[in-house]
Amino acid sequence: MRAPGKLALAATVLVAIHAAALGAGFLAPYRPTEQARALPYAPPTSLHVVDGSGRLHLRPFVYALVDDETTAGRYKEDRSQAFAVHFFIRGPDELGGASGGWRLFGVEEPARVFLLGTDGFGRDQLSRLLHGARISLFAGLLATVLSLGVGWVLGTAAGFYGRWLDAILMRSADVFLALPWLYLLFAVRAVLPLHVSAAQAFLMLVLVIGLVDWARPARLVRGIVMSARERNYVRAARGFGATDLYLIRRHIAPQTLGVLLTQAALLVPQYILAEVTLSFLGLGVGEPVASWGNMLAALQRYHVLASYWWMWAPGLALVPVFLSYFALSEALHSRVGPASP
Amino acid sequence: MGWLARRALHGLFVLFGVSVLSFVLVELAPGDFFAEMRLDPRISEATLRTLRARHGLDRPLPERYARWAASLARGELGYSFAYGSPVAPLLWPRVRNTLLLTTTATATAWVLAIPLGVWWAAPRRAAARRALAVLMAVLLAIPDIILALALLLLAVRTGWFPAGGMTAVGHEQMSFGARLRDIVWHLVLPAAALVLCVLPSLTRHVRASVAVTLDAPFVQAARGHGLPEWRVLFGHALPAAANPLISLLGLSVATLLSMSLLVEIVMSWPGLGPLLLEAILARDFHLVLGLVLASTVLLLAGNILADVLLLAADPRIRREGK
Repeated sequence: MRAPGKLALAATVLVAIHAAALGAGFLAPYRPTEQARALPYAPPTSLHVVDGSGRLHLRPFVYALVDDETTAGRYKEDRSQAFAVHFFIRGPDELGGASGGWRLFGVEEPARVFLLGTDGFGRDQLSRLLHGARISLFAGLLATVLSLGVGWVLGTAAGFYGRWLDAILMRSADVFLALPWLYLLFAVRAVLPLHVSAAQAFLMLVLVIGLVDWARPARLVRGIVMSARERNYVRAARGFGATDLYLIRRHIAPQTLGVLLTQAALLVPQYILAEVTLSFLGLGVGEPVASWGNMLAALQRYHVLASYWWMWAPGLALVPVFLSYFALSEALHSRVGPASP
Repeated sequence: MGWLARRALHGLFVLFGVSVLSFVLVELAPGDFFAEMRLDPRISEATLRTLRARHGLDRPLPERYARWAASLARGELGYSFAYGSPVAPLLWPRVRNTLLLTTTATATAWVLAIPLGVWWAAPRRAAARRALAVLMAVLLAIPDIILALALLLLAVRTGWFPAGGMTAVGHEQMSFGARLRDIVWHLVLPAAALVLCVLPSLTRHVRASVAVTLDAPFVQAARGHGLPEWRVLFGHALPAAANPLISLLGLSVATLLSMSLLVEIVMSWPGLGPLLLEAILARDFHLVLGLVLASTVLLLAGNILADVLLLAADPRIRREGK
């Protein structure tokens, strides 16, 4: 595929996925913590358009699920009554009244529409996937902003002022880079409290992931700043009496933009994966709040791993996100030119 | 050998930095191993105070660092409260297992990546090359956690491979040959997960490095002499690309260790990974510290190994060092 087409496609996919995450309240048919206790590990609900008598319906409908008496743990459709799928409905509020926010679609009780099945508590996987995307995707984005921000400031300072500041910063960067990054992440996570609320955990993950990895962007930025500092126009501006701050803002910072963007597209997927990994292992955002990591944690049990394929949904959702970010980084890289490594 | 000595000295400096950094980090942590016990009504405040005093947790920070450094010098690496033993003996078998897994995976990955990358860099066969590019891009986009779980699913579903662990029940009673086969059998899936994780980026780098040398005059000369294509690629282009590839070997150790941490946990391979998770959950800080140091030593050892290889492969560096 041609490079511009690839860039446009990747950007479109990313915007769509992030918009879906932001619009989770509208797109998700249920609240992420809402449990259908009678329906643990229900398979994805099938949508029908042809009823038992062979008549075609324009509006898709579903059947309610009931226990299959012949096999324990299996469900079958109760074909006696069809429940039409309604679009643009008012969801229930916290108390079960009919005055909640707008939802894209839903069915009337007792039928339920689980397009991606349910987990062990009978919670809708699609709703959890959409709400979990908020945590997982935005943790990655925020951590990237933080890491690049800190890396940029330290890298610019080291490259611009040089001498002892450069020596100190780059020797500490060596120390940070000598630790395998996941070990470092785990070690920092280890010293923080284990049992925290979901909001605190989210904030903590963003801070830890973002602050632990400053050394790589700092090194890259430093290299560019060092070469930019020696350019003739920078020297000329300095000769005219420009202040350091002016030089950095006007002449040096714009040079680092390309590397920052390329790095961002590479770091975001890595940081998303870091959040997923930590939550997967119970060190990140905990239940009942949904994150892609703690949703995948159910797969640590062999029977879930082997029997319920829809529990893999968050893992499969990561693939298009990663593909798009990598394509984006490649496209940016070829645009910014070979100056960035 | 001035160059190598400088690299080794730098490694030692970094190791010292890591030890100080991680010790300070751990000491800043709120709570300790005994903090959880406070919730237990059967354990009184006085008992806790005695326990803390016995392990020196009530002393000021410099004294604790001195105690820890002394135990480091004795080769004990501090004391694990959860296991009630010095850290070092807990660490050695784990380090050995992690080394077994990561070296197997590295060797396999390179054996696969070199021919794949060279073939990918070679001209012609546009359709096949594009297929390989797509395959590698997709493989790169599958997160390591999913790869490991998918291979575990394969094991659970088919029973061809053991689902996790490193030895079967009754391993101790087996003959030497059977024990070896048992371990190799358990090694296949975790190693495969690691290989699949690092293969795409390795192959891309091999391809990029070889592609650069393909335009060089000596390659054209070799072609002009009518050498078969495989000899041009593997005999002339690949050795010229060795330098960046050996540097990459050193760099890839860090990635591999990080991925191995996760794969070991998912596949319950008894390496450093599961122990680190256990130590974090038990708030056993000296053990965490020991594990972090062990991983740093492994990483630095990998870097130094790459430096030695570089020295052996590139006469320019040998001359520069003198």
